[in-house]
Amino acid sequence: MIKLNITKELHGANGAMQLALNTSIEEGEFVALSGKSGSGKTTLLRILAGLEDAQGEISVADKVWLHTDKSLPPQEREIGFVFQEYALFGNMTIEQNLLYVAKDTKLANHLLEITELKEMKKRYPHALSGGQKQRVSICRALMKRPKILLLDEPLSALDSAMRIKLQNELLTLHKEFQTTTIMVSHDPSEIYRLASRVLVLDNGKIINDGKPTDVLLKRQGSQKFTFQGELLEIKKVDVIFIAVVAIGQQLVEVVVSSEEATNLQTGQTVRLSTKAFVPTITHK
Amino acid sequence: MSFEPFILSFKLASFTALILFCIALPLAWYLSQTHSRAKPFIEALTALPIVLPPSVLGFYILWALSYNSPIGAFFEETLGVKLVFSFTGLVIASCFYSLPFMVQPLQNGFESLNKNMLEASYIAGKSRLTTLFRVALPNMKPALITAIIITFAHTVGEFGVVLMVGGSIPGETKVASVAIYEMVEIMDYSAAHIYSAIMLGISFVVLLSVYIFNARQSKRFGL
Repeated sequence: MIKLNITKELHGANGAMQLALNTSIEEGEFVALSGKSGSGKTTLLRILAGLEDAQGEISVADKVWLHTDKSLPPQEREIGFVFQEYALFGNMTIEQNLLYVAKDTKLANHLLEITELKEMKKRYPHALSGGQKQRVSICRALMKRPKILLLDEPLSALDSAMRIKLQNELLTLHKEFQTTTIMVSHDPSEIYRLASRVLVLDNGKIINDGKPTDVLLKRQGSQKFTFQGELLEIKKVDVIFIAVVAIGQQLVEVVVSSEEATNLQTGQTVRLSTKAFVPTITHK
Repeated sequence: MSFEPFILSFKLASFTALILFCIALPLAWYLSQTHSRAKPFIEALTALPIVLPPSVLGFYILWALSYNSPIGAFFEETLGVKLVFSFTGLVIASCFYSLPFMVQPLQNGFESLNKNMLEASYIAGKSRLTTLFRVALPNMKPALITAIIITFAHTVGEFGVVLMVGGSIPGETKVASVAIYEMVEIMDYSAAHIYSAIMLGISFVVLLSVYIFNARQSKRFGL
């Protein structure tokens, strides 16, 4: 179990703020860290890894990693870290990248097999695509058989097909290694598929903590389905008004009443929902 | 015609590059990693030889190494080594003179490395020293080559400091640049022409090979 009670003064883009977190994470859990950029997610990972200092306490399975001013260096914390921008060793082949961490050829081959990289293990990182690089990075992080795997938006730079493929691989690896995993992610579908728990951070504090179903599915009223999106345009077509809303990567057109058309402004975040057969659109 | 001054120049440059590499490596690594308030002061100090007139630098070094200063006296009395007007003195002076040319490319190289890459190595359980030699240095070969070659070339090309600290003792301190100066002084223009042309040719080839190497590296590894 990871017990965590830390504070740190942060000077981000939104001015000074206090990171203050107190929570515990069970062994084998897959925790997603969500929240606006600048809310302290990456900093939390870096503090866990020992790459940044903080006040407070961190203990992992009864071993103290941080206690007031005594901090275990990153070398001695049993963690794997996957950086957003891969951070592979450019001077080493894929295989050497893995073996640098631990001279365990069997494990390296096994990991490369799961992630379908075995054929290219003699290649250098610069000759790989983004998705391949990130898979190498994930394999490398697991080479030490870490107690905790920390992933900092690992899939955000990849296209959606590659993302789904890697999500499956992450799930496979998590099932096999049972590593306690903490992943920063903005993608609700990714969180839903992978995580058993979500922590939502805002301004350095945990504002929501629960199962992905409870945290992500926002129910309000008796709508049958509901989407959140950005109102791009309201155009008048003959006697009716049509609103164009961007929901994720998709654009949809909905008919709105003249009253709605006057109340809504383009650029607003809106919620699009339907009750039975009558679609409604309301300002969030 | 004797090529002794050239051999002496290259011997001096080799020693200087080797010694400076050992000194500048930890210094540049420290400067690239530290957030200390002392950093700008150390940076300014190491950059001084670029802006100081060689005569000023030469004067201070001459004074420090001479018998009149504690350092010079200690070396001469205890170790029996005469530092001024000797090859040893020249090496010491050159190390000061060329210091920024070794430190700055190395520091830039370290600073341009992906910070996360170094952190990944720490997380893998590797010490700072292992990370330095197995991750940092192999990923900044252009900076490494630039630092060593430019320091070497810059030492071959020095004149003022060498003249002040070393004088012109044949086979001991009379390097190529000093030899050329003397040839011009005694109006032996044909010898000066030959020496100067050799210097020009060598310098150009050295610089050219640095640029070609770095271009190839960036093509191969996208550095």
